[in-house]
Amino acid sequence: MRPRTIAWTLIVFSVLCHSMFAQTPTTADLNELRAQIDALKADYDKRIQMLEAQLQALQNQSQSTSKPETPVEAAVPPPQQQQPAAQVPSGAQGAGGPGGALPVYGGTGGERVFNPDIAVIGDFLGAIGSNKVNPNPALQMHESEASFQAILDPYARADFFLSFGQEGVDLEEGYITFPALPGGLLMRVGKMRAAFGKVNQLHNHVLPWTDRPIMTNNLVAGEDGINDAGISVARLIPNKWVFLEATAQAYRGDSNDVFHSSKRGELAYVGHFRGYQDITESTNIDLGVSYAHGHNPAGIADFDLGRFRTTLWGTDATIRWRPLKRSIYRSFVGRSEFVWSGRAQPTGVQHARGYYVAGDYQFARRWFAGLRYDHSGRAEDASLVDQGQSAILTYWPSEFSQIRAQYRRTKYADAPIANELLFQFQFSIGAHGAHPF
Amino acid sequence: MNIKMFAVLLIALLTTSVPAGAQSKLNVVTTTEDLAAIAREVGGDHVTVDAIAKGYQDPHFVEAKPSFILKLQKADLLILVGRDLEIGWLPPLIQQSRNSKVQVGADGYLDASLQAHILEIPQGQITRAEGDVHPLGNPHYWLDPENGKIIAREIFDKFVRVRPNDRTYFEQRLNDFVSRLNDAEKRWVDLMAPYKGTKVVTYHRSYSNFAERFGLNITGYVEPKPGIPPTPQHTLDLINEMKRGNVKIVLVEPYFDLKTPNSIGRETGAEVLVMPPSVGGVKDVPDYFKLFDYDLAMLTNAIKKTGAK
Repeated sequence: MRPRTIAWTLIVFSVLCHSMFAQTPTTADLNELRAQIDALKADYDKRIQMLEAQLQALQNQSQSTSKPETPVEAAVPPPQQQQPAAQVPSGAQGAGGPGGALPVYGGTGGERVFNPDIAVIGDFLGAIGSNKVNPNPALQMHESEASFQAILDPYARADFFLSFGQEGVDLEEGYITFPALPGGLLMRVGKMRAAFGKVNQLHNHVLPWTDRPIMTNNLVAGEDGINDAGISVARLIPNKWVFLEATAQAYRGDSNDVFHSSKRGELAYVGHFRGYQDITESTNIDLGVSYAHGHNPAGIADFDLGRFRTTLWGTDATIRWRPLKRSIYRSFVGRSEFVWSGRAQPTGVQHARGYYVAGDYQFARRWFAGLRYDHSGRAEDASLVDQGQSAILTYWPSEFSQIRAQYRRTKYADAPIANELLFQFQFSIGAHGAHPF
Repeated sequence: MNIKMFAVLLIALLTTSVPAGAQSKLNVVTTTEDLAAIAREVGGDHVTVDAIAKGYQDPHFVEAKPSFILKLQKADLLILVGRDLEIGWLPPLIQQSRNSKVQVGADGYLDASLQAHILEIPQGQITRAEGDVHPLGNPHYWLDPENGKIIAREIFDKFVRVRPNDRTYFEQRLNDFVSRLNDAEKRWVDLMAPYKGTKVVTYHRSYSNFAERFGLNITGYVEPKPGIPPTPQHTLDLINEMKRGNVKIVLVEPYFDLKTPNSIGRETGAEVLVMPPSVGGVKDVPDYFKLFDYDLAMLTNAIKKTGAK
């Protein structure tokens, strides 16, 4: 980095910090501050009065056997917990140590208040039928995902998703989000699923299928997807008509077999542009264009590794219908993604493309039926094209569990047709997470 | 573009902010139409109020649409029902709003439930074996006019905090609202007085505060457990119970399927009422006063018709 660039970066950073954490007081600010202090004073006066009233009520209660009126009962705060104490070891007091009882920190119940929201989601998969290319076990506890989410401080929140899979523990995502930076920026730093298309950003448990589309497996780094350590900045583009959001992300450059970084400078970049519009109060359309670029693992180490790059372009379209008055009984989501992959390798550049088209219809409060069509070339050899068809039936016993069956027929380019029945049990305990949109 | 120009542009972009003009209206976004109605009463023409969920939709299940992000982005104040009612959809909207004013705990964030009289706060250990229980108590607390006044005061405090110069205006509007609500409440309680203790069955636990204020006795629910759809066995038990207890009224929120309630009605001779629990639940309920006018008129007519006790 040149000195001038460093200087400018420092200036931008200091301005950012300045506008984020400090403000020069003006008369208006002081007036406002005064008003706030007044409001605070009034609030405390009110609280003291309330406490006095409660004290009076409690005294009355202890004097008479009759119970006080319910409103007072509702307003009484929970009793203060006694701070536990430890005794000073004998001899310490005389030797200049502390005297009396020592406070014990932690374990008083207060620590639970700051615990993050914790949830665990189990994903159990079963398979019947034959598949020579991708033979899943007959039964497997595919993944257990533990999530820890909390507000970090007045400026940020943090989210962690640990995935306990067949091969061990993996940090699926772990990032800090600054939701309100100056300039209307939403910044995220950590390990995260890249904003490439729709499916790449979804965790397994929110997919409408038991698997991921063939396109994902062939072109977009498989089940884990483009998922890497990096920095993401997203901004809304103000306009009178529609929701527009632009996202720019820079990653270390390691995402399974798609991107591989053999030295520090070989970063991967992802860009996403999203447009959304309500058509009616029950129907809306969501469109996106994505771009990803980075070095791929083609080449031989210490010879030409790092020389070859992959560029991905993607488009996604989602149409949703959910009548507001019957929103818990009927809905439809139609979605499709196209991906174009250009992969440079020692034999030349391979141009592969893949897509899927899928629809899910909710026909009762707890029942969903879906279809998906898959078609995709392979990144390393575009002449090999795989195709697939799936039919899916999903049942929700409650909001916290899900049972799903999927019939999948896959026509591989270089293997016999695979006919499979896949089934899935999903179950979630702990904090109630937000529903993805 | 050279790097100097880029940096200058970036600094300009980051430091420009739209100054809040003293004359501009306070932009308030509420999660439900009930809170919007009360905010309009207190704020008058000094505020613009926009609700996210419609009155005829289940407030537990609202989709976090990006169009709501745009609403929140421009908001000076966000008022929510709280008690985990919006847990499934509001957090991602707040997070993506890019608006520091409405982040949790910021000056422009108001959980309207903090001072309200909340029912059914679970005691001791709770599990989801009891269905989708709200660990912080029943969030449908706005259906008690007493809570309406408490919510209005909370909104007033927040308005004053954000716009101290408009204090007198808001105070006058608050006092006017409270006095009109006092009169109306007296009228409503008088209207219901002859029917005190009338037994009713409701679909979801939306009417607990309403029942407490107006003297209804809720003897059962169409849902076997909160958030769990009706099962044949539970429906059968409920029908038998209603026959034994001579329950003649079934209250259903506008967003639930009427198949089970109607069959319960046929079996027991009970009247099935689609009773809006929210402002905007039906066309004839455009504000907080009309909500109680409409619901109580419907209820008293049905009680008279069926001779329910």
